[in-house]
Amino acid sequence: MNSLIVLPILLPLLVGAACVLAWRYVAAQRILTLAGSIGYLAVSVVLLERVASEGIQAVQKGDWIAPFGITLVADMFSAVMVATTGVVTLVIVVYSLGSMDRPREAWGYYPLFNILIMGVSGAFLTGDIFNLFVWFEVLLISSFVLLALGGERAQLEGAIKYVTLNLVASAFFLAAVGILYAMAGSLNMADLSQRLGSAADPGLVTTLAVLFLVAFGIKGAIFPLFFWLPASYHTPPVAVSAIFGGLLTKVGVYALIRVFTLLFLNNVDYTHTIILWVGAITMVTGVLGAVAQYEFRRLLSFHIVSQIGYMIMGLGFFTPLAMAGTVFFIVHNIFVKTNLFLVSGVSHRIHGTYDLKKLGGLYRAHPWVGMLFLLSALSLAGVPPLSGFFGKLALVKAGLNIEQFVVVAAALGVSLLTLFSMTKIWAEAFWKPLPEGTETHAPGAGIGLMLGGIVTLAVLAVVMGVAAGPLFVLAQQAGEQLMNPAPYIEAVLRVRGAS
Amino acid sequence: MNSLILRTASRFLLILLFQFSIFLLLRGHNDPGGGFVGGLVLAAALTLYAIAYDVRSMRRFLPCRAQTIIAWGLLAAAVSGIFSMFKGQPFMTGQWGHFDFLGLDLHLGTPLLFDIGVYLTVVGVVLIVIISLAEEVEDD
Repeated sequence: MNSLIVLPILLPLLVGAACVLAWRYVAAQRILTLAGSIGYLAVSVVLLERVASEGIQAVQKGDWIAPFGITLVADMFSAVMVATTGVVTLVIVVYSLGSMDRPREAWGYYPLFNILIMGVSGAFLTGDIFNLFVWFEVLLISSFVLLALGGERAQLEGAIKYVTLNLVASAFFLAAVGILYAMAGSLNMADLSQRLGSAADPGLVTTLAVLFLVAFGIKGAIFPLFFWLPASYHTPPVAVSAIFGGLLTKVGVYALIRVFTLLFLNNVDYTHTIILWVGAITMVTGVLGAVAQYEFRRLLSFHIVSQIGYMIMGLGFFTPLAMAGTVFFIVHNIFVKTNLFLVSGVSHRIHGTYDLKKLGGLYRAHPWVGMLFLLSALSLAGVPPLSGFFGKLALVKAGLNIEQFVVVAAALGVSLLTLFSMTKIWAEAFWKPLPEGTETHAPGAGIGLMLGGIVTLAVLAVVMGVAAGPLFVLAQQAGEQLMNPAPYIEAVLRVRGAS
Repeated sequence: MNSLILRTASRFLLILLFQFSIFLLLRGHNDPGGGFVGGLVLAAALTLYAIAYDVRSMRRFLPCRAQTIIAWGLLAAAVSGIFSMFKGQPFMTGQWGHFDFLGLDLHLGTPLLFDIGVYLTVVGVVLIVIISLAEEVEDD
């Protein structure tokens, strides 16, 4: 029987609980979390390999057959997301070991981190829309605490905005799930997909689709619902910022892609056109917002919004190539964005500030850090042969194929502005001489672990560019599965448990 | 609070409510009840005791810190689902067995272990909230 799918959820739960048991022994928590994240990565890679070789995997929790029980499903998209989570988790754990301060470690950073990862994996793997809501809550509640942990003034201010907006989104989500259940009488997404296709009231289905768009739009930070993101993501410690900026918003995007490729296909002309234009506006506003910023992490936060726009745009194009490009782009973006945040942590370690005006001279003092930043920054902007180039290439090509010239032009313009923004960080933090009055500290203990994490992700950005061919094959499989939900539905409804 | 009546009553109530919470926990498999309400009842009883006396005296009843109770609860719930995986069945499939206990035939299974996990987690979470809030007040 297929217990592999359960492990990415079960493992962080067990490690998290064990960390709470070892509450007073921070060293034990560190070792447990590190071992757990290595195990998670191994499991996620095996799962990816299994899905690639044997097709979509599904398991019914408690052996209650679909559509009555809760199904866990791993199609190519889910498996890729879980594997990406595995890589980023391990990197952030290693980085945290070197950078997290003692009080936060003593007040439950590691247990919370594990529960957060459990929530993320659950959201990626569930095949049940109410269960998706539950996983969202699991990851949100742990993220609330992670964001506020430490209780600095700015953190609490950011956390209030984050919590409020996300609770509003959860209310929308729950209301939408309720209406959906009242209408279709099922919560299993594969079953829903079949039922909604022949729904009695197509108008209501479209209304619901827009309700889901708003709910996941807030969580995924799309225009015009993104403003909580740049207001909160720069406040917690860097390791937390990095996991939020790299991974958490993408869970919203994942959910959006899942429901708009599996459930709401009645009125594609209407819904996906809205998504397309929302994506385009998100890209443009995000990058324009970034231009005015001089706080390292706030600037990166606005770029998160802009990159989310690309992913939404890919969903709006709604062709197999576009979906493949979107999957590739999401993975690339998780790696690169996480890494940029991690680099900002190193500059903070050295100069004690995130203010670009006060930073400077990093390249002269630490050329290797400069090179690591440059790799990620150029990859984000889409300079070949780095990973971002191929993601954008696929998206642009998909857009040209269906003659969406305006949106494609916007995407290319945004790329240019991204490059401009990254150049700004480079010029301010790395190139210009260090302004007078800025203190310089010795990097101190733990810098090796921090750099280790950064190097890993930088190497991955290069590998994803150089070996784009074979990796894009996986993305194409994911794209095809997303565009043709029949095998997904069959995999879920066919599973009959052990008996 | 300094009330002789409340103090005397809460000591008796604590024992009664503890028994009632166990009853609710065991009853939960086939009838209304279960780990969640059971846990709430016990936590409410302990809270009542803390109001009648103070938090420190209530803490004497706890074998360990509230966090640790939560952790054991989570572990019990998680482990209850793992048994089935060793038999090649999906995660959380119920496993049942008959046990001879002092001449009684007990029909026990992993859902009970899961419910015990829920019970412990609920008790731990409520107590951690009450203890944090109350100690903040008592410190002032």
